Amino acid sequence: MSTLEQPVADVGGVDHALIASRARGWGWWFVAEHRIRAMRSYVASWIAISVGSPFLFLLGLGLGLGLLVDANQGAQGVDGVPYLVFIAPALSMATAMQTAAQENTYGVFGGFKWFPMFFAMNGTPISAAHIVVGFQVSVLVRVLLPLVAFSLVMVVFGIGSPLGALLLLPIGLLLAAAVGFAVMAWVSTQTEDRGQLSFVERFVVVPLTLFSGTYFPLETLPAFLHWIGWISPLWHAAELGRGALYGAELAPVMVLVHVGYLVLLAGLTCWLSIRTFRRRLDK
Amino acid sequence: MTGQRATQLHATELLEAPAPTVRGPLRGIYAGNTRSVVVRGLQVMARTNWVVVLTGFFEPVFYLLSMGAGLGALIGTVEFYGVDVEYAAYIAPALMAVSAMNGAVYDSTMNVFFKMNFAKLYQQMLSTSLGPLDVALGEILLALFRGLLYACGFMVVTTLMGLNLSWTAVLAIPAALIVAFGFASFGMAITSYMKTFQHLDYVFFLMMPMFLLSATFFPIEVYPQGFQWVIQAMPLWHGVDMIRQLTTGLIQPSILMHLLYFAVMIVLGLWFTTARLRALFLR
Amino acid sequence: MPAPVIEATGLTKRYGDFTAVDGIDFAIQPGEAFGFLGPNGAGKSTTMRMIAATSTRTSGDLSVLGFDPADHGPEIRAQLGIVPQADQLDEELRVIDNLIIYGRYFGLPVPYVKRRAEELLEFAQLTEKRRSRVDGLSGGMKRRLTIARGLINSPKAMLLDEPTTGLDPQARHVLWDRLFRLKEEGTTLVLTTHYMDEAEQLCDRLVVVDKGTIVAEGSPSSLIRQYSTREVLEVRFGSAHNEAASQAIEGIGSRVEVLPDRVLVYADDGEAAMSAVHERGLRPITSLVRRSSLEDVFLRLTGRSLIE
Repeated sequence: MSTLEQPVADVGGVDHALIASRARGWGWWFVAEHRIRAMRSYVASWIAISVGSPFLFLLGLGLGLGLLVDANQGAQGVDGVPYLVFIAPALSMATAMQTAAQENTYGVFGGFKWFPMFFAMNGTPISAAHIVVGFQVSVLVRVLLPLVAFSLVMVVFGIGSPLGALLLLPIGLLLAAAVGFAVMAWVSTQTEDRGQLSFVERFVVVPLTLFSGTYFPLETLPAFLHWIGWISPLWHAAELGRGALYGAELAPVMVLVHVGYLVLLAGLTCWLSIRTFRRRLDK
Repeated sequence: MTGQRATQLHATELLEAPAPTVRGPLRGIYAGNTRSVVVRGLQVMARTNWVVVLTGFFEPVFYLLSMGAGLGALIGTVEFYGVDVEYAAYIAPALMAVSAMNGAVYDSTMNVFFKMNFAKLYQQMLSTSLGPLDVALGEILLALFRGLLYACGFMVVTTLMGLNLSWTAVLAIPAALIVAFGFASFGMAITSYMKTFQHLDYVFFLMMPMFLLSATFFPIEVYPQGFQWVIQAMPLWHGVDMIRQLTTGLIQPSILMHLLYFAVMIVLGLWFTTARLRALFLR
Repeated sequence: MPAPVIEATGLTKRYGDFTAVDGIDFAIQPGEAFGFLGPNGAGKSTTMRMIAATSTRTSGDLSVLGFDPADHGPEIRAQLGIVPQADQLDEELRVIDNLIIYGRYFGLPVPYVKRRAEELLEFAQLTEKRRSRVDGLSGGMKRRLTIARGLINSPKAMLLDEPTTGLDPQARHVLWDRLFRLKEEGTTLVLTTHYMDEAEQLCDRLVVVDKGTIVAEGSPSSLIRQYSTREVLEVRFGSAHNEAASQAIEGIGSRVEVLPDRVLVYADDGEAAMSAVHERGLRPITSLVRRSSLEDVFLRLTGRSLIE
């Protein structure tokens, strides 16, 4: 009796080995691309908010507060520059932090729970590390637009030096990566939303924005609160931004400290995220 | 147990649900049983999300501490109806109004959106003898209850910090409730048009400028006349000015106009919301 | 004969250009188990929602428990038990509180609701899960809880939309048992389903709906008698050969239907039909004789299969 011929699905010359090796190298980009494509569904609100926020914060809040502050302190009152110039880099950085934190809170939790995309991705040749990095890359793309909008408004309205405004972009991206990975490292350990997701906004993003020298120099606060600034990625990024935008006094060693802190935070929490993702996807 | 009668009460013991007795134009949309919707909300609040509710109290306090101490040091005093007011005392009532608005909008948009589209809570309620108006009123009352908790908590903080300049500050609590009522009654109707979470972004996109520019952190006189009119058309400005008059004791005749503004807003909002719920669930 | 619990004449629902329910007539008697059988999108759920007064009809007449749903929604729903297709339980409340709070929505007094909730938990075989969170229940448990919830107001009629869709076979049988007990107690059951076995198990009488219209009405057995044969022979020749084989089979039994994956031969004696097929020299890959079901009725009436 002859062996039964097994029907073979026609794979049309697909080279599965090639697919696997390509995914090993470029998996992170496939993940990012997926997320960026998904972003198109809310591209309108993304653009509106990105472009709107610098006008609102710089020309609304900054200008209004500036009138009060400068009337009291004189035109060179805060850190040797008008108030608007003083807060511009910090506002840009704060927006980057908020966006990165928000995306990572709901995107990461949702990817495991509400629309379990990560599990689907894990079923392809893509690995946990690719998902973690790819997700963050897509967040950086999302953050880049408001950063560019802020810098453009600064250049157009002559706030600080144009070159400095340009330098805010890489600083903002570094901050977004650090905050993004940090939030991701925590959110990915959460399996149930009993409301604690909103804590990221309430107890991390808002206090950090308010107490790490965004709206006023850190030294204005009582000394016992300064530690909030030191651990806050936002403060480190804002200090770098101020140095870049209007040449605020910044010792070279401090530049190293600020950049080093952000890079370390990003690296460490990225590693932690990959570890958690790997555990959660492997079951 | 074989159980001849599957449901064990004898037919004579069984109670039928009382038929709603509401007559007139509200018949079919109101059953006079808002109480049950409120009870459900309080039970959930007490059992599962009291932590989330509690933490909502901190946001305005963080703002008060940060802006009041930090910016206050840079700004000094601000003039309000001809009197110089310490900066912290100037922003405290505004933050109270903002917190009333935020709480009400959050409850009536985010939470309602979730209950409408994911938990299907309103479908459940509307498959009983409840009508859409019972549901709308119940949700609004719950939002107000939460607003009341925040207003009282915030009042304690500002009193301890010595930021209430007159006995009329006590009236700020009912005033905050009126503000919350206005926003909550509209929020639900607007939420009923939303299809995706991204649509919620637009709400926050509208609230952000209101929050930052409605004489919250600086007087609107810094703006050109035309722009002042725009802000004065917004509900938050009325809320801020009303509560500020009460906490500073600098009460003006314009407070009546503010009250009228919110009265109209509440009536229109309730009508709008009921119409929308009806269109959504009874179509 | 007592007045019908629910009666519709020319009941129609349009959404813009789309007619979901196209002028249907039916009358449901007290104590009856009445079914709407049809594929997804036939207009069953829309009809149920119009009965529950959560959807306003476009035209026609509808009377539910003596009221017109157009302006007596709360009065009607006060007397109905509704079991929606998706369970729609209150995930933020525990199992027992789901029943109690739901009873409160009807304005029933607290002590009564508490007592009744315990009994309904017993009925739904969920007493042990009393204090559990809803999201930890299995699909079958959730559905039983939903049914218990629908009974809290001692309804005159239960509306069940696809009561066992998505449940595993064992859970379905447990649920059918519960529903059967309700029926024995005299509760009027109105249910939609796209499962023939469910309709056969539970319904005294049913209407077959397709594209918003009623295509047949009767008891399950009378429908089978009227529109099908006693037995059906199912033969498979492989996707490419079914069509050709059916040509050769033509003439055996009273009717032959070709589906993409098999050929159905309708005959009162299935075994005899099978022998006849073999006599014609045909060698099917698999063959099977079964009794006719409502699936066959539907296929006959619409030319389409019930579950695609």
